[in-house]
Amino acid sequence: MSNIAISCEGLSKRYRLGQQERYKTLRDVVSSALRQPFKRPQDSGVQSIWALEDVSFEVSQGDVVGIIGRNGAGKSTLLKVLSRITKPTRGHAHINGRIGSLLEVGTGFHPELTGRENIYLNGAILGMRKAEIARKFDEIVAFAEVEKFVDTPVKRYSSGMYVRLAFAVAAHMETEILLVDEVLAVGDVQFQKKCLGKIGSVARDGITVLFVSHSMAAVQSLCGKGMLIDAGKLLVQGECHKVIEAYVNHVAVHEFNDTTDLRVHPGRTKDAEPVFSRIRIMNGDKEPTATLFAGEDLVLEFELNPPRPITSPTLGIGVDNGMGLRVFSVITYYSDFDWSRLDRPAVVRCTIPRIKLLPGRYQLSISVGNVYNQHVDAIYNAASFSIEPSDYFGTGRLPTPDLGVVLADSKWECITESGAELRQESEVLG
Amino acid sequence: MSTANAHSFRIEPATSWTTLGLRELWHYRELLYFLTWRDIKVRYKQTALGATWAVIQPLFMMLIFSLSFGKLAKVPSDGFPYPIFTFCALLPWQLFAHALTESSNSLVGNQNLITKVYFPRLVVPISAVLGGLVDFAIAFVILLVMMVYYGIFPGWQILALPAFILFAILTALAVGLWLSALNVQYRDVRYTIAFLIQFWLFATPVAYPSSLIPARWRVLYGLNPMAGVVEGFRWSLLGTAEFQGGLIWASVAVVLLLLVGGLYYFRRMEQEFADVI
Repeated sequence: MSNIAISCEGLSKRYRLGQQERYKTLRDVVSSALRQPFKRPQDSGVQSIWALEDVSFEVSQGDVVGIIGRNGAGKSTLLKVLSRITKPTRGHAHINGRIGSLLEVGTGFHPELTGRENIYLNGAILGMRKAEIARKFDEIVAFAEVEKFVDTPVKRYSSGMYVRLAFAVAAHMETEILLVDEVLAVGDVQFQKKCLGKIGSVARDGITVLFVSHSMAAVQSLCGKGMLIDAGKLLVQGECHKVIEAYVNHVAVHEFNDTTDLRVHPGRTKDAEPVFSRIRIMNGDKEPTATLFAGEDLVLEFELNPPRPITSPTLGIGVDNGMGLRVFSVITYYSDFDWSRLDRPAVVRCTIPRIKLLPGRYQLSISVGNVYNQHVDAIYNAASFSIEPSDYFGTGRLPTPDLGVVLADSKWECITESGAELRQESEVLG
Repeated sequence: MSTANAHSFRIEPATSWTTLGLRELWHYRELLYFLTWRDIKVRYKQTALGATWAVIQPLFMMLIFSLSFGKLAKVPSDGFPYPIFTFCALLPWQLFAHALTESSNSLVGNQNLITKVYFPRLVVPISAVLGGLVDFAIAFVILLVMMVYYGIFPGWQILALPAFILFAILTALAVGLWLSALNVQYRDVRYTIAFLIQFWLFATPVAYPSSLIPARWRVLYGLNPMAGVVEGFRWSLLGTAEFQGGLIWASVAVVLLLLVGGLYYFRRMEQEFADVI
């Protein structure tokens, strides 16, 4: 018991739908009471969803656990329940140690206050004592790299500075357990690296970390254990790479169909408009197939049905491998494809010549964006295909998956005389 | 990490009966300070007149009341000059009105905190009420100046003033707790505040003395807790003739009931705040 940092049993959280959409007013309550005085609230036909269903697990002290799953799977709800922000509907959990929650950066930051004032405010909100904050003040400012601006109102900060400062405060919490929720989604690459670095060092200090993220690379590099949550249920838990594999397989499209109907797709993001209606995978001979060979051309055909006109559309395709790693992306933006307007049904074809993928299963994530760089439609794991082993190099020796992530062409030649001398010597010797 | 066991706790589903959590509230007292400090600082940061607003409001009301009630309607003021008579009451009244307005929307206004961080939510309406103390202090100084001007020097009754100040704060808090919790669930509560304050102002002896109320009704009149607060202020500062015992004790009783009831109601509803807000 003393070694367990978090233990949950049967944690469940139900949200009532419909009730949340309209705030109740006293007027509504009074008028409905007058109309139906004896109607009990539960009978009003309100739907409910179980954001968490019977989640049970144990996390030992010092574990670094990655929590992964689709959007809306219940990961953030789990963190909220563990952070005591919301109460579970059923079940219970036992926490051994102080919890620090990083569900958002800059909670409580006020734009009118200076960096210094916000550090104290935010620190207090996160549960740090004033003396503690004062002690770590210089460290925090140094980590955030805002020494010169610490007495300027935060509303004057750039978004990068803002986020760095917010994270710097949170990163200096002294707790035994840390719950982190996709904070890496904000900020630039440098910031994300810094975040990951800090979380990593905190983990090495023996702090128990629960880390929710969509980045498999981050989860893989930081976490030893993992949990896969889908539709509120805990599907898999255990070693990190096993859980990642389970996620990719679970979320991946299994049937290697060459043609996939995209009008309704589970991988479509929440605010997306259905622009993609179909995707077809073909090989270099324009034959529909979901099985290809390295070295072949990969041809992707999209049927698009924009509900509204899109100006200067950008179409992007991301190819992810079996470990959830983004191997490459091709985007119309980088090509000379002239596409000024998408306002009627269209079929767009993308040819990727001499595909250099290693044998394995691959997922396609696609998106179409507008001139403002916003995604109009985006579908994760829209379709999948497999690359079969083939004689890519033409030498009769087939490349194996352990070569890396992609295949590369290479040319080998001997450029010094010494090679010839050695050969002669070896002939003499042996 | 041997201190870990000292911090263990259990997470359980919501219950209809909860503790007041006062010990935990004390643990978070620094957060209370910071939130209060933030509200005060931000309120005056980009204003031209800054803290002078704390003085302008009650002075202006006193002016209006003095002209309309004092001069035109010739409302009596227990033998004291009307302006100071009413200003004395406006002091705790402003604290109360400010607390009502600020606390009723305090939870909803801080929803970004409530949905992302854990802390005892009582901190929020309490900080909203305490935020009015700075204005109160400033206006109090003005009151002292006025007392000197009118040549009114308080007697031994002034010693009771701290008790009445505390009484005023508790009254504001008691009502504020109910309103802030109710407003989370029923958003129109916030819009009734302005009307509530107007009505309450006239039910409280700010513009007129409670001696206007016939003696047999006075205790009932004391069910309005602000009546007790105002009477107490007047008595301790100006030394009005009789100590309106019945009225004041009735007010105290009501405030204690409201406060304890409000604390329990708040704690019970707190369990759902993050879901409903």
